[in-house]
Amino acid sequence: MKCDQLLAMLNDYVDGDIDPAICEEFEKHLSGCNPCQVVVDNIRKTITLYKDSQPVALPLEFHERLHRALRRRWKETHKA
Amino acid sequence: MHTEIADAELVRRAKSGDLDAFEELIGRHERRVYSLARRILRHEHDAEDVTQQTLLSVVEHLPEFREEASFSTWLMRIATHAALKVLRKRKGLPTVSLEQATEPTDDAETVPHPEFIADWRENPVALVERAETRRLLDEALNELDEKHRPVFLLRDVEGLSVKETAEALDLSETNVKVRLLRARLQLRERLTRAFGDETKRLQPHAHEE
Repeated sequence: MKCDQLLAMLNDYVDGDIDPAICEEFEKHLSGCNPCQVVVDNIRKTITLYKDSQPVALPLEFHERLHRALRRRWKETHKA
Repeated sequence: MHTEIADAELVRRAKSGDLDAFEELIGRHERRVYSLARRILRHEHDAEDVTQQTLLSVVEHLPEFREEASFSTWLMRIATHAALKVLRKRKGLPTVSLEQATEPTDDAETVPHPEFIADWRENPVALVERAETRRLLDEALNELDEKHRPVFLLRDVEGLSVKETAEALDLSETNVKVRLLRARLQLRERLTRAFGDETKRLQPHAHEE
């Protein structure tokens, strides 16, 4: 397996969705190719970072406006 | 002691007409809805509209929520569809530049080779704490084009499967995979230029073809 072929399989490998026979070849290439090892590690860290980053807060003015609208709609839909 | 009431219990209370429980529930999830909308649409005002529309629709449809999935999954699905609807409406507008119009639309695009290869100076746990990391993550994400950004957000941030992402975006699973690979590689390149240790930079192996 060459670096190019490894690159094409990268997603399947990172997502644990790779055919076992190909996985073996993939890992054989990795064990002898430092740049590819680092790229795989970089990709994993990139995904982790996005997954773990906290969502942003709502702007205060919007937060208040939103909750006013929600309460209004709630009252409309919960009329006895 | 952990006394937080579970989402499922708040859902139950809200369904029986408890407005406080409903607001508590929304308070827990509104940031995620807003963040996703902002990242997909890159437009604050549109993100606010989508957030409001999503949550108002939750008020109306909560009685029909059958609790087969978690509340959070159900909510994020509504939010995703609302955001994508805005994106599609935008695409219908004649705002495509000449450059975009002449860009090859075929998804059999070549995959970019990694150029800046280096171990990161810090691990994600340390990085995620910093304000400048958030700015950088958003910048990098904004540099992805609209073909690639929603795929990455749905698959890697929201955790949808390839199949679910394909359905939500009306793409084939193959297209989702190709776009995801490109998105991941582009983000890796950008973040590694920022977080990579220059002194440990490696040269890519020469490609023989």
